[in-house]
Amino acid sequence: MAYLYENPLLRWLMRNPIWGFVLIVFIFFSLSSEHFFAARNLQNILVQTSTIGLIALGMTLVMINGNIDLSVGATLALAAAFAVDVQSWAMFATWGNWQILPAVCLALLVGILMGAINGFIVWKTGVDAFIVTLGAMLGIRGLVFVYTGEQSFYAMNFAYSDFSALSVGPLPVLALIFLLCVGGVHWLLSRTVHGRNTYAVGGNREAAVNAGIRVGPHMMINFMIIGFLAALSGVLLSTQMGAATPNLGRDYELWVITAVVLGGTKLTGGKGDIIGTLGGVLAIGILRNGMNLMQVPAFYVYVILGSILIAVLFLDKRFNRTTDGGLRL
Amino acid sequence: MTRLKAGGPAIAKQGILVAFIVFMIAFSLMSDRFLSVDNFMSVFRQSAIIGVMALGVTIVVIGGNLDLSVGSMLSFATVLVVDLHDKIGPELAIPVMVLATLCLGAINGFLIGILRLNSLIVTLGMLSAIQGLVLIYSGGQNVDIVDQRGTWFAVFGRGAVFGIATPIIIFGALALVFHVIMTTMPFGRRVHAVGGNPTASVFSGIPRSRVVFMTYLISALCVAIAAIILGSRVMGSQNNVGQGYELQVLAAVILGGTSLLGGSGSILRTVLGVLMLAFIQNGLILMGQPYYTQWLVTWAVIIVAVWLDVAAKRGRLFSPIA
Amino acid sequence: MSDQQQPALRLQGIVKTFPGVRALDGVDFEVMPGEVHALLGENGAGKSTLMKVLAGMYQPDEGQILIAGQSVQMTTPIEAKAQGVVLIHQELSLVPEMSAAENIYLGELPLKSFGRVNWATLEKRSNAILARLKCNFRAEVTVANLSIANQQMVEIARALTVDARVVVFDEPTASLTDAEKVVLFDIINDLKSQGVGIVYISHRMDEIFTLSDRITVLRDGAYRGTLTTANTDEDEVTRLMIGRSLDLSRNEAAPKFGKTMLDVRNLSYSGLFEDVSFTVRAGEVVGFYGLVGAGRTEVAETLFGLRTASSGDVLVGGEKVTITSPRDAIALGISLVPENRKEQGLVLQMNCRDNMTLPQVQDLTAGPFVSQGAELAIFDQYRDRLAIKTPSWKQSVGVLSGGNQQKIVIGKWLSMQPRVLIVDEPTRGIDVGSKSEIHQLLRELAAQGYAVVVISSEMPEVLRVSDRIIAMYHGRIMREFDIQDVTEDSLVQAISGIKAEEPA
Repeated sequence: MAYLYENPLLRWLMRNPIWGFVLIVFIFFSLSSEHFFAARNLQNILVQTSTIGLIALGMTLVMINGNIDLSVGATLALAAAFAVDVQSWAMFATWGNWQILPAVCLALLVGILMGAINGFIVWKTGVDAFIVTLGAMLGIRGLVFVYTGEQSFYAMNFAYSDFSALSVGPLPVLALIFLLCVGGVHWLLSRTVHGRNTYAVGGNREAAVNAGIRVGPHMMINFMIIGFLAALSGVLLSTQMGAATPNLGRDYELWVITAVVLGGTKLTGGKGDIIGTLGGVLAIGILRNGMNLMQVPAFYVYVILGSILIAVLFLDKRFNRTTDGGLRL
Repeated sequence: MTRLKAGGPAIAKQGILVAFIVFMIAFSLMSDRFLSVDNFMSVFRQSAIIGVMALGVTIVVIGGNLDLSVGSMLSFATVLVVDLHDKIGPELAIPVMVLATLCLGAINGFLIGILRLNSLIVTLGMLSAIQGLVLIYSGGQNVDIVDQRGTWFAVFGRGAVFGIATPIIIFGALALVFHVIMTTMPFGRRVHAVGGNPTASVFSGIPRSRVVFMTYLISALCVAIAAIILGSRVMGSQNNVGQGYELQVLAAVILGGTSLLGGSGSILRTVLGVLMLAFIQNGLILMGQPYYTQWLVTWAVIIVAVWLDVAAKRGRLFSPIA
Repeated sequence: MSDQQQPALRLQGIVKTFPGVRALDGVDFEVMPGEVHALLGENGAGKSTLMKVLAGMYQPDEGQILIAGQSVQMTTPIEAKAQGVVLIHQELSLVPEMSAAENIYLGELPLKSFGRVNWATLEKRSNAILARLKCNFRAEVTVANLSIANQQMVEIARALTVDARVVVFDEPTASLTDAEKVVLFDIINDLKSQGVGIVYISHRMDEIFTLSDRITVLRDGAYRGTLTTANTDEDEVTRLMIGRSLDLSRNEAAPKFGKTMLDVRNLSYSGLFEDVSFTVRAGEVVGFYGLVGAGRTEVAETLFGLRTASSGDVLVGGEKVTITSPRDAIALGISLVPENRKEQGLVLQMNCRDNMTLPQVQDLTAGPFVSQGAELAIFDQYRDRLAIKTPSWKQSVGVLSGGNQQKIVIGKWLSMQPRVLIVDEPTRGIDVGSKSEIHQLLRELAAQGYAVVVISSEMPEVLRVSDRIIAMYHGRIMREFDIQDVTEDSLVQAISGIKAEEPA
């Protein structure tokens, strides 16, 4: 069996088992449901997963850094609210369809700002990101409710909601944006100094500090990136819904974290990559889509996903024994 | 400039207490309905459910772990006990529900205590799985108790003993019991040791797996008790009633000064954290603020409280990272 | 070293205070180019504080730093490095999941436009440095997959990304085998011949006397003197360090041995040790000597139930036993004072008393409650007996000195009234004064009837405390010595794998 280890593809699969899972469910659903393996459905999967997927890209960065961000769902809602609402502001009334532009820009800026606040607090106070973003999750949701007054906002401009139906060739624009972001963040993480430093800061923060890496601003930038991606996801989601609701994005952070962990990123930092995250995102997306097509009630998806997450943890522990040399601790 | 002066750390360590007092004073000034026995009793009663759950989570956290599954577990337990109430009567429904909930806790305890998997991820997975379980069991429906007046089950959520609402008594008694266990009994000492340094605990002969397993059983027991109070009060349940509770509970534990790293923390301070959150909500509502204002206030309070705590420990106000 | 040469580095009148303590009190220190200058002192003498000042991690409150004659201010390790001063830490500061190349150039990755890393340049330069250090691995290797010695090479390689003027080595040989030490010394001599000034911090007298040209001693933050290595000896250096000579004499009263308490027969654990057999009698101290990786700690861990042997038998007090967990071992009367007191021996956040009573807290009860009186009695007893210095039992052990922390761990295990006491590296990282106390204690314990096993990597220590010495190498027992018959040479040979010739 030793020759199996020689095959680079199999070796890669063993290090990134989630893609093996993706392959299996993909084949399973293609065989089980006649509607699955159709261009239309596959496009749907990409679009549906892009909501969680975009945020998962940012969460990968943040988690490799050794942090976490629980406030992404709330940021998503805030950005969506801004995007839909600002369009209808009086000052843009005469802009026609161009009124969408400042709305979207402002929404994205809001996301970056929320990320900057989180990052700044983590940097300057030294409080753990879990706690900082736990508070932000509550507080930003509060901002959403204050801004929306518990109302839902509806997009008046049809161009906005029609946007979600646009395609470039066979690919929906929403999916295209997602894939572009995947490529972009992957490039950032693997080819740039900022990306390599992300691993360093997460792998051994003290060493990074002593090596002159400015850890504070660095982490802040990663929070701003995830803030941006959460906002982008919110904007794109609101184009699909043609609306923004105050409870949008609740519990999204849990799905995002699930996808990122399934993809092999370690909670403790220093390890992970975008390809893995993409696998985790697709795994969840294919599973939900396929089970939906097979008319399995959504309830079972929760149980299955929860179980898979735990199974992945268990398998990872089994096959990646760290060198404690067999001490029974 | 940023070194804390001699008095600084002392104040910062008691930050939560100081903040609590400040808030109480502020609220009493801003609303004349705040400082009344009725109001206080109402707050205590409403905080009982989160409070009871927070006691269990505190013990898990002192042991060095997290429990994010308590919200879904609450949904599960409440739905179960309410549903079974009409089917097999409260005398059987309660023990059956407690047993079932303890089984869920045992699963957590097994995966985390014995298999040593990461507690954040495991309880996150359980959060999802248990929610699915509830949905499957309830078929997506809400459940109700039909005869809400005639059942003695009401005493837990709606009754009173010597004029004090039952939930308050349950919360208070449980807090006292756990406080005693954690501070004066060997189990409490062991939980602190396992949370403080799991390796050294093993080297000292402490059965680390068993201790962690027990902490999750305790957490599940607390959820079961909270479910009895909740189900009894509402006499019915939506199938996702517990959604979001885990983070409120965690916020209360954090506010109480328990470190998420494990090894330190106090039941009594968690009670303070729970009450603090409850009074913030109560005070703001009495001031006429919409219910979501409390989230903004809680955001600020959590960050400032933990910041001061962390700052006191390291002796400087701001983090020394460049 | 000509007189006209300027020191590569000079520290003048360095003062550094922290709240409540004057860590450095007007220290002078200099290193000439091409010199190996050893820095000695007990723990707490100020060596690491001085080095941190040097490396730019601390700012001195008073005094100056001169590099090649120029007064400099270094506020970060990066500035220090830019000035040519590099510190090789005792605890490796590497990022385990990244490649050696990225670790070598951490914080100074070569760039292309737009913040992109220039991988080609990185690979070329890092491999060049590794070649210079005669390393047998490529820079693309993930650091976590390298041996400790090779990881140390990567750490040293980081120092060579610039033209270093001064390189500081802080306890570099702590985790190295003898063969790896030789490679390290070669590198040091290489750097020396290139005109680099070397500061060598170590406790190991033999290394210092082999390598260094001069020795500077610090005590209690004050500069005590500089000696030329060739003109001095260990005793003079020790007197500078602790202000008195060490009493190295053994208590020569004939030891009385009781019955065999521990009998280990053919114990094996595949991959770590094989066919280990030895006995320990009551009243006896058996010393286990060997290099890192010889398997001694692993044997102790197996006897304590932290590992399961693949074959072999263990008899305690004459009866065959199975030990599957530390609780089993404790119940049988075996206690282990572990190698790493901070990670394995103590819960640093807990107070002194609680740490001491941890293994038996469930038995010190009055009803269901812990009996604080019984606990305090134990604490008081061992605090007095071991002379543990702490203001109160409520003090958290994390703030105690290394010596006192170790005493708490020892007290913890003595209070269990064991039959067999195993002590792993009892005086690692402890100042000379406390070291001597602990050695005395071990002899006394034996005299009281305990069966004691001492694992140590320091020859003077194992020679001082043991009645018998067992030399291990690569998981096997090479030879057993009686203390009267052992010589330093034969001991070194045994632990290096050289089997002794039977006397004709």
